[in-house]
Amino acid sequence: MDQIPFISATPALAILVSLAAVPLIVLSSKRPNLREFWTFAAGGIKLLLILSMAGWILAGNTHTYELWKILPGLSLKLKVDGFGMLFALVASALWIVTSVYSIGYMRDQKEHAQTRYFCFFAIALSATIGVAFAGNLLTLYLFYEMLSLSTYSLVTHHQDEEARGGGRKYLTYLLGTSIGLALPAMLITYNITGSLEFSSLGVFPEGVSKGMLILLLLMFVFGFSKAGLMPFHSWLPGAMVAPTPVSALLHAVAVVKVGVFSVLRIFTGIFGIDLLAAQDLNTIICIIASFTVIVSSCIALTQDNLKRRLAFSTIGQLAYIILGAGLASKLGVTGSMLHISMHAFGKITLFFCAGAIFVATGKKYISEMVGIGRRMPITMFAFFIGSLSIIGLPPTGGMISKLLMVRGAMEADMAWVLAVYLVSSFLNAAYFLPIVYKAFFCTEEESLFPQEYNEAPVCCWLPPVITATVSMILFFFPGLFLGFAQVMMSG
Amino acid sequence: MIAAQTPILILLAPLFSGILITIFAQKSKNVAFFLLILGMVGSFSAACNVLLQVLQGSGPIHYRLGDWPPPFGIELVIDHLSGMVLFMVSGAALLTAIYSKHTVEVEIPDRIHHYYTLYTLLVSGLLGMVATGDVFNLYVLLEISALSSYALLARGRGLAYIATFKYIIIGTIGASFYLLGVGYLYIKTGTLNMADLSTMLATPEMHQSPSIKIGFIFIILGIWIKMAFFPLQGWLPNAYSCASTTTSCLIAPLMTKVSVYIMIRLMFSVFSADYIFKTLQWQQFMVWMACIAIVVGSVSALAQRNLKRMLCYIVVAEVGYMVGGVWLANSNGFSGAVYHIMSDVMMTLCLFMAVGAVIYKTGETSLEAMRGIFRRMPITAAAFLVGGFSIIGIPPTCGFFSKWYLITGAIETGQFHFVIALLFSSLINAILFFRIIEIGFFSPFDENGHGTHQVIVVNEAPAMMLVPMVISAASLIIIGLYTRFLMSNIVQWTIPVGL
Repeated sequence: MDQIPFISATPALAILVSLAAVPLIVLSSKRPNLREFWTFAAGGIKLLLILSMAGWILAGNTHTYELWKILPGLSLKLKVDGFGMLFALVASALWIVTSVYSIGYMRDQKEHAQTRYFCFFAIALSATIGVAFAGNLLTLYLFYEMLSLSTYSLVTHHQDEEARGGGRKYLTYLLGTSIGLALPAMLITYNITGSLEFSSLGVFPEGVSKGMLILLLLMFVFGFSKAGLMPFHSWLPGAMVAPTPVSALLHAVAVVKVGVFSVLRIFTGIFGIDLLAAQDLNTIICIIASFTVIVSSCIALTQDNLKRRLAFSTIGQLAYIILGAGLASKLGVTGSMLHISMHAFGKITLFFCAGAIFVATGKKYISEMVGIGRRMPITMFAFFIGSLSIIGLPPTGGMISKLLMVRGAMEADMAWVLAVYLVSSFLNAAYFLPIVYKAFFCTEEESLFPQEYNEAPVCCWLPPVITATVSMILFFFPGLFLGFAQVMMSG
Repeated sequence: MIAAQTPILILLAPLFSGILITIFAQKSKNVAFFLLILGMVGSFSAACNVLLQVLQGSGPIHYRLGDWPPPFGIELVIDHLSGMVLFMVSGAALLTAIYSKHTVEVEIPDRIHHYYTLYTLLVSGLLGMVATGDVFNLYVLLEISALSSYALLARGRGLAYIATFKYIIIGTIGASFYLLGVGYLYIKTGTLNMADLSTMLATPEMHQSPSIKIGFIFIILGIWIKMAFFPLQGWLPNAYSCASTTTSCLIAPLMTKVSVYIMIRLMFSVFSADYIFKTLQWQQFMVWMACIAIVVGSVSALAQRNLKRMLCYIVVAEVGYMVGGVWLANSNGFSGAVYHIMSDVMMTLCLFMAVGAVIYKTGETSLEAMRGIFRRMPITAAAFLVGGFSIIGIPPTCGFFSKWYLITGAIETGQFHFVIALLFSSLINAILFFRIIEIGFFSPFDENGHGTHQVIVVNEAPAMMLVPMVISAASLIIIGLYTRFLMSNIVQWTIPVGL
């Protein structure tokens, strides 16, 4: 066994570094520039710590670090593997970009309580990385709950009636399902197997009845309702009352991806994809996910509020990821892991653009955005790239992962899933491309923005440009993320 | 040898400080406070010492009062279970004593020395009930603590007199039931010593004897009244919520938990797991009753608009947790119940202290008192949050791990209704606390409805109240993190034979 090229506590440090930033942020609340410096410092260190482990993981190794022996026979522990790295890398990289955007957005909007905002953002990121590196189900559950609670004050940042309603829905769904379904499922699993460790072979011994397996599967899939599977999806559009940077990072990347990440961990680590395929459980997953894919895309078509349309699009894309994993074929699961990163870059671009439009013009509704492309060409071009990635068209990364999932469907011999992918891609195109088309191509009379070129502040348009560019780069060089996913599936 | 005398010092320290307070502290409230703290510190350090002795030594510590050998004399028996409960009770009493400095001066301005004397009597009664190894001595101490608690509770606000009067009637009935039951046992066996009773009751004839059964029923009914187990919980919310802040901080966490301890003690140290679960076989019924207690307590808590009343109903629900855990009749359920005694003392203490601080600062008792709490009283709010999270059962607070064991135990015996009741209660608790968090976080709205832009002045409770509150909040997380240590060093040793 080779010596690991980093200190063994690195995953724990990667989690703690943003928590450590919280007191510094609070102490420098009177000096905004110093305060934001701490966010970037923590973000940079976090990214570096995670990158320092990347080479070792890509070489096909894993790294386990025990945090704390909390119960007899069960400890809180971290395990870094390909899938965890992939997710941690995406989340920590996008945190930095989002922080740039947050500064532009929050200062331009003169939002109150910015110190609180940056604090809870840092805590939420700790929880996200904690989920990514969780070494067993108990650890994952702990960080999952920590994320639900720490994001509450971000979602309800405006502290008005609407925020209260959104926040109430947010917690009702997230806490309700995690306590009501995921927790007992975890305990029943522990009771049957005596183990909550993730193992690619699954933890269930022979002879567990199929009825029990189905019950547990459903409890887990719906219990981690951050994944947004219908009928536990409506917290996500409700949470769009949050300031846009929150929606961008948390509701396109961190929170929702933590949901699908947890579900995928359950599939690959607790059940094991072989068991899913052998017991035909994957068909159940595919049906639930397909239903969500199609229905949410149809609902997205009807939304006029841009952020709500993005939210329903997210619900659809999350179900995509679960559908890919539900195929229980190696290609499908690889594709769905990859889609976590591809969708992250695409969707965060779209949210950034929506926020930039709001900052520059105060518009929230799609019907008010006719001709906006002339006024904000950079933003709308980034929006276009982001849409392509979500639809799954070249030259964007979204295509690579969709292609893998489609091939997975063929490998698993489930032709009807192909049809779902096809129909939903059309629907994706139908709800995004008209926005872009109307933004650029309209007559002078139709245009609602007769004024000259006037972009949002640079802090608001630069981040979407960066993420859109990354989306395109990922089309040509998907290697890094693909490598992690493949390491995971072959290891 | 002072070390050999430490068990009795646990009881004597508060008792003597009570006597000293009556004699010397009539003029000065500061002297009274000082003597109170002195007594509580003495008691707590003796309890620490004894707990350490138990943890290091082999087997329980037996202390003979007046050196009369049992079964003729009274003895104190301190094993892992009672050592742990003594530690928690004396610790909570010390924290509350520190906390009481400001609240007592406001709420009970006259005759503070009488109040503090009653306080010490109550504490020594409770500690004695935990330490004693004699069923009749237990009755005496039960009455000491009950009588002093009536007097303490009556010095509250509003309907405190009426509520306490009800409690006196019901409490006395409970104590009489207990005494009747002890009478039956005494007639059949001729002894009052717990260990002695236990050997005598272990025969098949005794197991089949209807008199013993009636004795057991009387005893257990008496204890259920004392611990406010459904459907005997009616007296508790009124009596506790009308009490003054200090009184409720002291009584609410301790009285019910000590009663649960006594239930466990009598079930397994006087009677036996064999008798309870094989001869009587009430477990199915009892777990259902516990479920009802949990559901009724939680739902009633939801209906309250008064902070303290809400907490009181949570206490009722939590009693259901522990009773259910014990009657699951397996080691996980039992461990969960014992662990929950520990964590629940601290959870309830933390919440009552936080709510007490809010009432102290605002003078309001309704949920609306929590308006703007996060800005006005950030530390109190943080302690309240930790307590709330623990009641909901969010890791890594200790509330999560007690649920973990209770649910595991319930799954093992296949009693899924208990699992559902626990989860239901968690969800209701989540609603309860997030409703308060909403009030704290969202109101007051300013005119344009967008956030609290106006400056709210920080107006935190005094340090004497904050320190014990923060300690109790921190202990919730510490207990949670050290679950493995507590389980393998304490709880595991308390599991009775036959589970």
